[in-house]
Amino acid sequence: MNFPELMGLAFVGLFLGLMLGSAFYYRNRPAPFVRQIPAFGRVRRAIGLAVEAGSRLHLSLGRGNLISTRSAVAFVGLSILDRIARSAAASDRPPVATSGESTLAILSQDTLHDASKFMGADYDPLRGQLTGLTPFSYAAGAASLIHDEATGASLLLGSFGSEVALITEAGDRTESLTLAGTDNLTGQAVLYATAQEPLIGEETYAGGAYMGAGGMHQASLIAQDIFRWVIILALLVGAVLKLVGVL
Amino acid sequence: MGNYPGSLGWGSPETGWCSVKFPFSVAVAIGIGLITLAGYFLNIPVLQTLRMALIEWATTLAAVALLVGIANLFTIHWNKLTSGKVGGLYSAILIVSLVLTLGVVGWFGPTHTYSKWIFNNVQLPVEGSLLALLAIILVVAGVRLLRLRSNMLSIIFIITAMVILLATGPLFGISVPGLTELRSWIAQVPAMAGARGLLLGIGLGIVAAGLRVLIGSDRPYRG
Repeated sequence: MNFPELMGLAFVGLFLGLMLGSAFYYRNRPAPFVRQIPAFGRVRRAIGLAVEAGSRLHLSLGRGNLISTRSAVAFVGLSILDRIARSAAASDRPPVATSGESTLAILSQDTLHDASKFMGADYDPLRGQLTGLTPFSYAAGAASLIHDEATGASLLLGSFGSEVALITEAGDRTESLTLAGTDNLTGQAVLYATAQEPLIGEETYAGGAYMGAGGMHQASLIAQDIFRWVIILALLVGAVLKLVGVL
Repeated sequence: MGNYPGSLGWGSPETGWCSVKFPFSVAVAIGIGLITLAGYFLNIPVLQTLRMALIEWATTLAAVALLVGIANLFTIHWNKLTSGKVGGLYSAILIVSLVLTLGVVGWFGPTHTYSKWIFNNVQLPVEGSLLALLAIILVVAGVRLLRLRSNMLSIIFIITAMVILLATGPLFGISVPGLTELRSWIAQVPAMAGARGLLLGIGLGIVAAGLRVLIGSDRPYRG
């Protein structure tokens, strides 16, 4: 094993250890909280209002291929889908999920099915939809669903490119709240300009912790925060060492 | 410093700490995940062969899932068409296009002239027009941004976008001194620094999401 592989393995091991340690240590006590993300508070309120008003909630999972790193953000989206499907299970119009990748569509159906079963509600497999297989056909299909169903709130959590503007525009036209986060830098720039509640960088991956998707989401957020400060410190030390000529 | 909305645990809020059931699908997911991860880091031929075989299986399964996805797309639009919902005409167009494309590509093959004709004369123009629409939406969104969030970050965002656009596109032969240099500086210094910061955050998020799936805490596959 060479040095970079060893470092990679050590990094993953430390991260996992920190996650499990945090989950164990804080299992019966309040965990430290680093900062508030107001967007998630507004989304929780919007979900409550949508359930009361009987309007549809929509969650889009993007086009992340399951066998690439682009699927990680969709996993966060699926955790949040599970939470909102349970919260809105009693609604006349339960949540729908759209995606631009067939494996994600199947996983969204599975998540909705599981949540419906848990809450004892009816399940319709067509609530997990594949709206298109190319970026623009997917966005056009999701935009059409937002318009036709007059959704109360749309959560876009997945891998999106610039085509996501078509979806946020549909949300804007139906005057529904749009919270959106992606792992794609182009998509993030577009979302900053078009979404009502854009999530920047790692905020997208913190979604599960803020939406109450389980203790391990919060534990992994603690690990992410600690590692972010470690990386910042390492960068600063590296820059100083480079400046003084040691590196 | 505030508090998280509750104490932590392993599973979902409903299952709580350590009251986790591990069905067969979870065991398979964890086992395969560990083998693939170990094959990536450890230079052991058996593990690497296993890892490659598992990735090939996943690719094959993803291809099968594509067929399931197409069936899902067809069913949704068939239901929309037969139930007389708004937009039924568009669903009819989609179903006819889907059946025709499948027929032509299935009969003649994907590289045949007819298949290429469909791609070049139907799909490309439709997607091209959506791209043009996207450009207009982005311009409108840029203007609307100042109304939506009129803060310093939004102003910097708009000014930067305008500088990059002016320096990238032709200005009818007019040369603004320093504009190209300013564009290069923005792209190479603040934009690059910001992008690296975002990518580091995203990288940490990917590791966290992957590990949650690997230890069976997140189960998007259920079971």
